[in-house]
Amino acid sequence: MKFLLVDDSRTMRNIQKRILAEIGTVEFVEAGDGIQALQVIGVTADGFQLILIDWNMPNMDGITLVNRIRTTDKKTPLVMVTTESEKSRIVEAIRAGVNNYILKPFTPEGMLEKIRLTLRIAA
Amino acid sequence: MMLNPPPQPRISSKLIMPFVKSTMNVFTTMVKIKPNITAPYLKEDGHTTYDVSGIIGFSGGLLGSVIVSFQMETAHQLVNALVGAEVETNSPDFADAVGELANMIAGNAKKDLGLVTSIGVPSVVIGNCHIICRLTGVPCVVIPCHTSVGDFAVEVNIKPVA
Repeated sequence: MKFLLVDDSRTMRNIQKRILAEIGTVEFVEAGDGIQALQVIGVTADGFQLILIDWNMPNMDGITLVNRIRTTDKKTPLVMVTTESEKSRIVEAIRAGVNNYILKPFTPEGMLEKIRLTLRIAA
Repeated sequence: MMLNPPPQPRISSKLIMPFVKSTMNVFTTMVKIKPNITAPYLKEDGHTTYDVSGIIGFSGGLLGSVIVSFQMETAHQLVNALVGAEVETNSPDFADAVGELANMIAGNAKKDLGLVTSIGVPSVVIGNCHIICRLTGVPCVVIPCHTSVGDFAVEVNIKPVA
């Protein structure tokens, strides 16, 4: 499996890698903002089984990235991982096309449960 | 002739309690070290409480900043616990982790502040006795936090936009 982790914090990407390694054999690709993520993804997100996206990032934020991905790719599971917990933000993200939403701070168990559920539904 | 003293600056507890709750949540959940949070107090001087500061700016319905200020060794131990590995204090990863802690505290508190507001990306300052300029005329409230690996403080200097 190949996951793309999009977060401007390397600390947060390292935490996610440590937790998600429990899923199985996973290759992790990382990006520090939406623009880097789009460069990595190319034209579509084919090739990634999952993309985790932070909301607040410099250069291009997460919600903009979600909207850009969904213009050409309706299938790759996208999970927002963010401190933005207002209902309006969650609704905005779901309308943009995320498959799941994880609030920071999170426990390893909480993250794994949501990621496994997302992958199961997408399969 | 007697002159009346200037009125004391006031800040609503509705702007402070979300940060108390958020700090407890972030450290208990992700760092797995539960802080003992004691009574907040008004800060009188311009120095940050300790020597490692994660700073988050607020905009929109609220203006100002929140600083999470750590003793160096406390920050070191808390970052190691957050990351699950040893992080050198002179490495970029250390500053990044401090910033992420500040980001989660501020971000987690935001929804309970009662106003539509945005937070910026974190900045981190490391050094003895540094001063971070704050909003003038706005009280700075310090939330003292005590852990098994030392103390830190959350300094809240924000005001609603009139």
